[in-house]
Amino acid sequence: MAAQKQDLLAGSVKDAAVGALVAFGLFAMMIGMKTEVDVGGLAIEYRWGAVAMAVAVVFVGRLLLNLFVWKSEKPVTGLLGSLMPTQSSFSKVSHLVTPLLFVLAVVLPFLLMYFLGTRGSRQYLDLAILVTTYVMLGWGLNIVVGLAGLLDLGYVAFYAVGAYSYALLAQNFGFSFWICLPLAGILSAFWGIILGFPVLRLRGDYLAIVTLAFGEIIRVVLLNWYEFTGGPDGLSGIPRPSFFGLEFERGEGGFADFFGLDYSSIHRIVFLYYLILILALITNIVTMRLRKLPVGRAWEALREDEIACRSLGINTTHTKLTAFAIGAMFGGFAGSFFATRQGFISPESFTFIESAVILAIVVLGGLGSQVGVVIAAVVMIGGFEFFRQFEEYRMLVFGLLMVVIMVWKPRGLISTRVPSIALDRRKAKGISADMVQEGHG
Amino acid sequence: MTHWNDDAVLRIERVTMRFGGLVAVNDLSFNVGRGDITALIGPNGAGKTTVFNCATGFYKPTEGRIVMMRKAGEHFLLERMPDFKISARAGVARTFQNIRLFGGMTLLENLMVAQHNPLMVASNFTVGGLLGIGGFRKAEAEAVDRARYWLDRTSLLDRADDPAADLPYGAQRRLEIARAMCTSPELLCLDEPAAGLNPRESAELNTLLHFIRDEHATSVLLIEHDMSVVMEISDHVIVLDYGEKISDGTPDEVKNDPKVIAAYLGVADDEVDQVEEEVGL
Repeated sequence: MAAQKQDLLAGSVKDAAVGALVAFGLFAMMIGMKTEVDVGGLAIEYRWGAVAMAVAVVFVGRLLLNLFVWKSEKPVTGLLGSLMPTQSSFSKVSHLVTPLLFVLAVVLPFLLMYFLGTRGSRQYLDLAILVTTYVMLGWGLNIVVGLAGLLDLGYVAFYAVGAYSYALLAQNFGFSFWICLPLAGILSAFWGIILGFPVLRLRGDYLAIVTLAFGEIIRVVLLNWYEFTGGPDGLSGIPRPSFFGLEFERGEGGFADFFGLDYSSIHRIVFLYYLILILALITNIVTMRLRKLPVGRAWEALREDEIACRSLGINTTHTKLTAFAIGAMFGGFAGSFFATRQGFISPESFTFIESAVILAIVVLGGLGSQVGVVIAAVVMIGGFEFFRQFEEYRMLVFGLLMVVIMVWKPRGLISTRVPSIALDRRKAKGISADMVQEGHG
Repeated sequence: MTHWNDDAVLRIERVTMRFGGLVAVNDLSFNVGRGDITALIGPNGAGKTTVFNCATGFYKPTEGRIVMMRKAGEHFLLERMPDFKISARAGVARTFQNIRLFGGMTLLENLMVAQHNPLMVASNFTVGGLLGIGGFRKAEAEAVDRARYWLDRTSLLDRADDPAADLPYGAQRRLEIARAMCTSPELLCLDEPAAGLNPRESAELNTLLHFIRDEHATSVLLIEHDMSVVMEISDHVIVLDYGEKISDGTPDEVKNDPKVIAAYLGVADDEVDQVEEEVGL
């Protein structure tokens, strides 16, 4: 027993030393030397202290991991896992959380204004609008990724199509927001179908790569078609939405005047908040209804087994296209809201990182789970903005959070699937995630 | 001459299937009689599943023709149709050798997915269903009733709301048959339905297949290794070996065919000449 311990220690030290050596080889150049602007050209500044620290961290970290996790009989991580709440307790909580979140979302502006005053609540309302936009995008993408199991890395393209559709229609034809909103959705759905036709014969990783490329193509076109889209200058002066014809302006005929209120710029913010909340809720309601319709069941069946679907007479191409088009349509709605909120759009807002964030929200929340998406969006977007003052550390925390979730709950926060129909409602219960397929395109 | 040639539901006409240089099925012709249980048997690698995949559209045969004749008199050339249309229009349903259920969906949902096409029409291609207009609610209730009927028939009713992946093996096989029947097929193709079943479950399967044939006017084409199942339930047996048909007839005829015995059992070295003489090689 003692000899075994000795072996373990010796082996671990040796392994950690090798790791430290590799770390030294890498960091000697990358961290150890830094070019500095000096009189008469560049000079090299040496930072051996930092290298020593990095190497020490690798050595100690590897030693500890070896001793307690990798080579140990009882890894510490196993202990950690048993401390976490179980699946069933989570799904019970989600039943209570849903109505609570809904009520909170509805009363949020008044709650904020009551406690923080008009001036103080503005910042938080802006944040709430941003989070709700991402919730809507997450719900839209959830149709494609969560239900139909098609991995789409270029979702932001439809967001961009929606935003530019609204901006261009409003500027060139003078259409109002309420006419442009459905048009933007239709145009985005149309682009979803255009992309879908050639792409949907691909599966899994290949589909992901092609959708990623499509997202970039849209962005590059927006960037380079200067006469039409304004290129990198973007489009500005996008008209703001009105409340049934009442503009949010000071003076006669404005929103405040009509309702006999004192003019305040917060009215518009509150209005925008409710607008995106309603749009997001529409997305949610439509998705939940679609799940109970044959097309929604076909999406989920497609995620489970495409060949079996075809043997049952389901046209898989059409089914995938509808998922793509409907997901894209909601992306387009969110896009046109984004344009009207910002008043200015440029291709910079539609980079790949946006797609990645939306996908991360869907995956972390749990594929196919609507509440999961909300929680993930609040944590990711809200947390991200909230800790803006800790600029340097938030990426670190963000990465750590991702790793923890992936170790603890690889299928997302809320991964139980609720059956879409049941013979006996009382007997029906959530389906554990390990039975549900993730889909391979 | 025989029933299956006079009134066939499916005709396989001179079908050849090549994968590169490999000839999996060579110039094969046979008929599946309407209202019969037809068994396709043969040693491993004889090309049985290939024939199945050709008939259900998952492969396109290199040569030949496959004709489905529906009761209403319509004819469908299956080798020209995409796979999903074969199920949707020509009324051919199938199961798979390695069971393919929607594991994360409940039994009821599995059977609802099988009724996709009629429900799609009833929901006005989603538009009516989404707005709550049209007869979707009624159509859905009917679909649930049909699902309940088949769950009852396959004695799975008490597990209707459990995920399909939770079922034991034999029950999964039954569910796959129930799912195929929910598409209201005229021809049901079963790929090794008795594989992995215990004797009691096999006996239940026999009863189920007889029920399907007699009460639902559905013809059955099945691949099977279990001879007790084949000989007991089939009306017509076709034997394949190396992609060619070596025997075709009633179970009794086939059982006593020396070619079949040679193909199945093999013969001792010193008997080869004698058997080849008998068989006519």
